[in-house]
Amino acid sequence: MSSRHQAFRNYREEKQLTQRRVIAAAIFVLFLAIVLMARLFYLQVMNYELYQTKADENRVMLVTDPPPRGLIYDRNGVVLADNRPIHSLTVIPERVANFPELKRELSGIIDISDSEWEDFDSRLKEYRRPYQSLTLKSQLTDEEWAKVSVDLYKLDGVQVEAQLTRYYPYGEAFAHAIGYVGRITSKDLERVDRLAYQGALFIGKTGIEGFYEDTLFGEAGLSKVEVNARGRIMSELEKQNPTPGKDLHLYLDARLQQYAYDLLGDYKGSVVAIDPNTGGILALVSKPGFDPNLFVRGISVQDYSSLRNSKKLPLFNRALRGGYPPASTIKPFMALAGLEYGFSSWTERYFAKGYYQINPDGRRYRDWKRTGHGWIDLERSIIESVDTYYYQLSNKMGITPIHNFLSRFGFGQNNLLDLSGGSVGLLPSNEWKKAKYNEPWYPGDSVNVGIGQGFMVATPVQIAAATSALAGRGHYYYPRMTQSIGDEPVEFPDGLGDDHHIVLKDQRNWERMVVAMRKVISDSKGTARRLRGTDYLIAGKTGTGQVFSLQEDEEYDSEKLDQRLHDHALFIGFAPAEKPKISVFAIFENGGSSSKPADLSKKLFDAYLYNDYPAEYDNLKGNGDD
Amino acid sequence: MTESFYRRALSFTNARLWKLVHIDILLIGSLLLLIGGGLFVLYSASGQNVAMVDRQVFRLIVGMCVCLSLAQLPPKYMRRASPALFLFLVVLLVCVLLFGVGAKGAQRWLSLPGGLRFQPSEIMKIVMPMMVAWYFSNRPLPPTFKEIVTVLGIIILPVLMIAKQPDLGTSLLVAVSGIFVLFLAGLGWRYILGAAALAPIAGYVLWQVMHDYQRQRVLTFLNPESDPLGSGWNIIQSKTAIGSGGVYGKGWLEGTQAQLDFLPESHTDFIIAVLAEEFGMLGCGLLILAYLLVIARGLYIAANAADNYARLLAGSLTLTFFVYMFVNIGMVSGILPVVGVPLPLISYGGTSIITIMATFGILMSIQTHKRAI
Repeated sequence: MSSRHQAFRNYREEKQLTQRRVIAAAIFVLFLAIVLMARLFYLQVMNYELYQTKADENRVMLVTDPPPRGLIYDRNGVVLADNRPIHSLTVIPERVANFPELKRELSGIIDISDSEWEDFDSRLKEYRRPYQSLTLKSQLTDEEWAKVSVDLYKLDGVQVEAQLTRYYPYGEAFAHAIGYVGRITSKDLERVDRLAYQGALFIGKTGIEGFYEDTLFGEAGLSKVEVNARGRIMSELEKQNPTPGKDLHLYLDARLQQYAYDLLGDYKGSVVAIDPNTGGILALVSKPGFDPNLFVRGISVQDYSSLRNSKKLPLFNRALRGGYPPASTIKPFMALAGLEYGFSSWTERYFAKGYYQINPDGRRYRDWKRTGHGWIDLERSIIESVDTYYYQLSNKMGITPIHNFLSRFGFGQNNLLDLSGGSVGLLPSNEWKKAKYNEPWYPGDSVNVGIGQGFMVATPVQIAAATSALAGRGHYYYPRMTQSIGDEPVEFPDGLGDDHHIVLKDQRNWERMVVAMRKVISDSKGTARRLRGTDYLIAGKTGTGQVFSLQEDEEYDSEKLDQRLHDHALFIGFAPAEKPKISVFAIFENGGSSSKPADLSKKLFDAYLYNDYPAEYDNLKGNGDD
Repeated sequence: MTESFYRRALSFTNARLWKLVHIDILLIGSLLLLIGGGLFVLYSASGQNVAMVDRQVFRLIVGMCVCLSLAQLPPKYMRRASPALFLFLVVLLVCVLLFGVGAKGAQRWLSLPGGLRFQPSEIMKIVMPMMVAWYFSNRPLPPTFKEIVTVLGIIILPVLMIAKQPDLGTSLLVAVSGIFVLFLAGLGWRYILGAAALAPIAGYVLWQVMHDYQRQRVLTFLNPESDPLGSGWNIIQSKTAIGSGGVYGKGWLEGTQAQLDFLPESHTDFIIAVLAEEFGMLGCGLLILAYLLVIARGLYIAANAADNYARLLAGSLTLTFFVYMFVNIGMVSGILPVVGVPLPLISYGGTSIITIMATFGILMSIQTHKRAI
C-alpha cells in the first residue's frame, strides 16, 4: 500500500510479483495435469476391464439364424408337415419417415386390413432390436407380391422377405395326430432357449410338432455381429451355421388316416389303428378336426373362438383324451382275467337269462337280449356278447383282480410314448372309490365294470393298444407315433419302447380268445357277422356304450338331446387274425349300432392289407413300400 | 552431446531471423506438434472424412495467418487499442442479445453481410484480459481493493451478457481470463481464499440462474447412470471409450466406441475420448505433454515480458488456454460437468481455432518485440 504513494514505482518488484504468480500458476497447472493423468489412470488402467466389457457389450450382438424345421413324413414318405417359402411384407420402422403417408401409399397398392395394421402397431410398441423388420402382412399371394415389388423402390423401409413357414398339406384329418406349430408366446419362451428362438416364427404346440419340438427345431445358427450405435450390423465377427431340424418318419399311414377320417362321415368319433408287431400307430383320428394351418402364423380371434365354441369340440383330441366306456369291447379282457384267476374256464357252462341278479329279488342287471342266450360257454359269451355272463363273472372276481389284470393292458395308464396330453382314463379300484367318494366298493360296481360300463373309462388309444396286445398274443407294445428320426430308429428311454410281454398262466388262452373273436364275425350268431366274406380272417368284438357325455360338453341342449342319447357304437378288431398286421379301435359317438364302426374297421383292413383304397386317396400313396 | 544439442537448439531459437519475422520457434513448434497430432485424431474421429479434415486444415491455416499477423503487431499498439476494442465488443454483445442468431435456443452469432457469421463472445476471451491488463498497465501492483472492485465490474458486465445468450462455457472462460489477470497482478491471497470460501454460495446463486438444460448437465454429471439413454448417454459412452482404450489403445481407426458411433460428438467436444480409446493412456499422456509444452512456453514468455501489460496479458492468455484443455478433458473423463468446451486446437470447429491462434500470435508478439537488453 505504501508503494502507491511513492513517486517512483518499483518496477522490478512488480515484475517479480507477477513472476512469482506465474510460478504459482505453473505449479497449479502441473497439479491439475497430474489430476487429469490420475483420472485417466483410474479409467484406463484400474477400470480397464470394466470399460472394455462395456464397450464390447455395446458393439457385439448375438444374432440367431433359425434353422429349417424338420419335416414330418408318414410311413410311405408322404410329407405331412412341410416347409413352404412365403413372401411377407415387412417394414423396418426406423427407415419409415412418415407412417400415415406409408399407410396411404400402401393402401393404393394392396389390401392391408385394419386388424393387420393394429397388430403391426401393437408389435411396434414392444421391445425389438433397432432396424429389425416387423411383418405387416404375411403370406402375400403371388399377385400381391408382384404388385408390391413393382413399387418397392418408392416405399422407404418396406421390403418383401422370403421366409419358410410350416404347411400342413392334408389339413384337418391329421390335425390331432401331427399337431401344429403356432406363434411363440412368452410362456413358450420359458421352456426353451430364448436366444435360439430369437429369429423363429413359430414353435411346436401340440401333437408330434409339440412332442418332438427340440428334434424338429434343430440348432439355431448363432452369429456374433458388430453393430453400430443405431443397431445396424456392420460386420460379422463369428458365425455358426444353423443345424437343420431332423425329419421324422412316422408309423402313420396317410391314406389310412384320411380314409378313416372320411369313413366316420358326419359322426363325431375316433379311430385308432395300431400295428401290433411294433405298437406303431397307423392312424390316429379324432373327428371333427380343424385346419392346423390356421395356427401357424397365429390364429385370428374369430377363427379361434368359432373353433372353441363349436359344440362338436373340434379342438378336443378324442383319440388321446376322450373318456369313453369301453362297453362290450372289454369282454375279451374280462374273460381272460376270469381264466387267469380261475373264476371261469372254457368248458364251464352257464345259463344266460335275460338278466342277472346279485341277490335274489335284488336289482336286475339286464342283458342286451331280453330273452337271454340260454346255455352258453365262455367262447359263446364272446361271440354273442352275453352281458349276464360278465355280470356274474365280474361279481365273482371283485374289482381287485379286474383292476390288476386290466392294468397289464395299459388301462388306467397313459402309455403313449411320443404324444403328450394323453388321458389315463379310469380303471377303478377299491382305493380309488374310497378316495374319490369315501365309499366302499359295492358288488354292483363290479357288475357294471364287467361289461365296460359304470366307473370304467378308457381312451381310444388305450383300447386300441390293448387290442393290439390281444392281436399280438400278449406281446404288448406301448403305442407310439415315430419310427425314425432322420435315419436313426427312435430309441425310447428306460426300455419303454420294448415288448411288455403279458404272460398268462396258460398261454394257450391267447389263441383260444382269438378264435372266439374270429367267431364274432364268422359265427351265424356273431355280433359282427356282417363282416363275413373276407378272404382273410378278422377277429373282433363289438360294443355299444351307454352315453356318457364328454366332460367338456356339458351344456343342456334339448334339440340335440335325442341324438345325444343314442349309444356310442364301438368296435375292436384285428386282421389277419392268424398273424395280425393291424388292429383297430373305432367309435362313433351316438352312432347307435356297432355296425358302423365294424364296417369302418373292415374297410380299413381291406385298404391296409390289400392297398384297396378308393382312387381319390392316390395322392396320399407316397412311395408305398408294400 | 546432449549439451551441444541444447546449445544449438537454443541458438536456433534465438536466431535473429526468427526474431525478425516475430516468430517464437519453440511456441510454434509445440503448437504444430499439437495440431499435427490433432489432425490424426480428427481423421479417425470424423469417420475418415477427408473433407472434414480439409476444412479443419483450412481453418488452421487461416488461424496460423491470424497468428503470424498479430505477431507482427507490437504489444504497445495492442495496449492502446484495448479499451476501445473492449467497448466495441460490449456493444457487439448487446447487439447479439438484440439481433443475434443461433441454434438450439442460444443466440451466439451476429450475421454479417455475405453470409458470414461472427461470435463476439469468442473474441471477448482475448479482449477481456487485454482490457484488464490495460487497466493495470498504468497502475502500480498489487491492486488496491478499489481497483479489484473496478476490475470485477469490468469483468462481470460482458460475462453476464454472454451467460444470457446463453453460453455458460464461454462466459466462464471469459470470466476466468479476466480473473487470471487479477491473480497475476498480485491479487492478495486473502481475497483468493475468501473467494474460495464463498464459492458454495456462488454455486447456489449460479444454480438459481441456470437454465434447465444447464442444470440437467450438472445433475447428469453428478450421476450419469440416472439417465443412461438420455443425458447420461454422452458421459457414459465417453468414459467407456476412454476406459476401454487401456494403456496402449485399440489402434488408430480401431476404436469401436468412436467408429461405431457409440461416442457422441466424437469429432467436436468429445474428441479426446477418441484419442484415449485408440491410443490409450500413452496417447493421452503425450497429448497432455504437448499442451504442457505450449503452456510452459507461454508462461515463460509471460514471466519474461517487457512490461506489466505484456506480462499480465501473456500469462492470462496462456492460463486460459490451459483452462480450456483442462475443462474439456475433465468433462469428457467425467470429473467436471459437460459444459460444451472444445478441446483447443483439436476439436473440429471454427471460431475457437481462430481465437486461440490469435492468442498465440499475441504471445509471439510479446516475446519477439522485446528490446534486446
